[in-house]
Amino acid sequence: MGQTLYDKVFDRHTVRELDSGQSQLLIGLHLIHEVTTPQAFSMLDERGWKVLYPERTFATVDHIIPTKSQLRPFSDSLAEQMMASLEANVKKHGIRFFDVDSGRQGIVHVIGPELGLTQPGMTICCGDSHTSTHGAFGAIAFGIGTSQVRDVLATQTLPIERLEVCRIDVSGKLGPGVYAKDVILHVIEARGTKGGVGFAYEYSGDVFDAMTMDERMTVCNMSIEGGARCGYVNPDETTYEYLRGREFAPNGDAWEKATEYWESVKTDADAELGDVARFDGANIEPMVTWGITPGQSTSVGGTIPEASTFDEAERVQVTEAYEYMGLEPGRAIAGTPVDVAFIGSCTNGRLSDFETVAKLVEGRGLRVKSGVRALVVPGSQEVRKQMIDLGYAKTLEEAGFEIRDAGCSMCLAMNPDKLEGREVCASSSNRNFKGRQGSPTGRTLLMSPAMVAAAAIAGEVADARELFNPS
Amino acid sequence: MKDDKRTVMTGPAVPVRGNDIDTDRIIPARFLKSITFEGLGEHVFADDRAQLADAGKTHALDDPRFSDATILLVNKNFGCGSSREHAPQALNRWHKGIQAIVGESFSEIFFGNCLTIGIPAVAVDEVAMARLMAAAETGAEVRVDLESKTVSAGEESFPARIAEGARSQLVFGSWDTTAELLSAESEIAKTAEGVPYFHGW
Ligand code: SF4
Repeated sequence: MGQTLYDKVFDRHTVRELDSGQSQLLIGLHLIHEVTTPQAFSMLDERGWKVLYPERTFATVDHIIPTKSQLRPFSDSLAEQMMASLEANVKKHGIRFFDVDSGRQGIVHVIGPELGLTQPGMTICCGDSHTSTHGAFGAIAFGIGTSQVRDVLATQTLPIERLEVCRIDVSGKLGPGVYAKDVILHVIEARGTKGGVGFAYEYSGDVFDAMTMDERMTVCNMSIEGGARCGYVNPDETTYEYLRGREFAPNGDAWEKATEYWESVKTDADAELGDVARFDGANIEPMVTWGITPGQSTSVGGTIPEASTFDEAERVQVTEAYEYMGLEPGRAIAGTPVDVAFIGSCTNGRLSDFETVAKLVEGRGLRVKSGVRALVVPGSQEVRKQMIDLGYAKTLEEAGFEIRDAGCSMCLAMNPDKLEGREVCASSSNRNFKGRQGSPTGRTLLMSPAMVAAAAIAGEVADARELFNPS
Repeated sequence: MKDDKRTVMTGPAVPVRGNDIDTDRIIPARFLKSITFEGLGEHVFADDRAQLADAGKTHALDDPRFSDATILLVNKNFGCGSSREHAPQALNRWHKGIQAIVGESFSEIFFGNCLTIGIPAVAVDEVAMARLMAAAETGAEVRVDLESKTVSAGEESFPARIAEGARSQLVFGSWDTTAELLSAESEIAKTAEGVPYFHGW
């Protein structure tokens, strides 16, 4: 019986079995940022421990960084304090820091892959649940809490219980105007936000085979929204092509050695799986969330589902969602007015996302509807630079989008970018939780970047396929 | 250390109803702007509480009947979303401090975060939870027993589930794992040698 990538990589990194029945797992790459680490370093210092392998940890700043001006000191003194704490800690422990002056700063899940740090066959941790993004390269990548960050710093290992693997197979071809974001929103809608609990999702089938690395990252990013702590795609030529030549990717003789290892960890044809869920790519439509969990979504042509279509146990929450969102069941989601449009985040803040939107908007004389605030926030300084060099920034600016500096921005609004009051935001991010975008009563509709652009221009939820291709 | 052992936790309980309660709700992001966990307790469920208060209703955490609670009762997929350990840290700092959480199910990251700070998160079925919540509302104390793997209130007792590894760490007081992990330093180095990329191909 063959093995899955998950099991092969897990075995390879197992230091020993612990008395608790968990495995002590070696972590190959540890990424850190300012929000979840200050307390971890304090605990380390209190106990007098050092960082065991400082060269396997890399730091950046993303959550609190303002996107209008990254000049120091930040106007928010709490943000400044967190930044200063990170600076002191990386300096003290000899950790490489991609700070604002490096030209490489950005959202941790955007820069890891961009720099070639993220590679197949690795175990990757970060004090952030969207670490699942890195699974796109065929790595076991998962989010951890602050005490676990301390453990990784001190020991480069974690006590971990092995997950089962559930294969998410999407066959066939996506229709035009249907994106990776729609695929993952569709999967989460079908399987629910708890469907992946206890599993690692292995994404396979024609649709994922055909995807670019950016698209695979969008999918793996939201594994956690489906309850799966990690998700991955087996590495292939697309993966290797992406990595070739990147700053931290292997080169020369090392490249041969690396590809040999990467090939060896792929899931075997006869591997045993915990579960399989099959989808047909042709049935996937552009998706929009209408509720307060990422599982509460519908296709853009659909209506907000009636409470009666849900299990009894879910109805309380569904009713809560109608109330919070101010949306009525039975009504079409298209036409829902929006106040804000946000394109960015570790889900959809990569160059290809802005390229897609720029190409849809370009030359059509379309403009953001007056009264709508439309933010374009690149996931990294590098993405921003390329957006400018390739003219996408100019196209989007001319269409009425505001281009900002790199960071998490309005994905969770720990910086000055926030919703106000009950504003509705069409957002390319990953969470539509109550209050997620900075206003305790703010409302979020998750969708693909193309759909966000369509909403910005129409001033309401609209089918991007029709708006950008009027017949 | 004896006081690290978590075997039986008994106390008044507070029911916080609803499935998929995410960590953004348990502790909204704006309270994460700090370099310590201190002071988080008062902000637990800050936005949910304020919204209910505005609507003339009372969140369970603001209900004087539950102000001494040390056990939290929740429904399904509690603690989903962001991996912020600030969520259990805040619960642990609320009033008398939440010492144990009983739910129908938990998100994995949240469960792990509770474990690393010594808070048991144990699961019971839906029927049991309804009974426990009802009992808590009458002021009954809830008892979480990790030896017998039961949760009880008054005369009623229900079987509880928790991963065996986690249970043994709590019962034996070995949930603070750093020292144990570090005791394998030479094995860690050996495993690292065997992973081809670790020291740069
Ligand atoms: S972009 Fe959003 S989800 Fe991604 S790391 Fe930043 S805050 Fe988290």
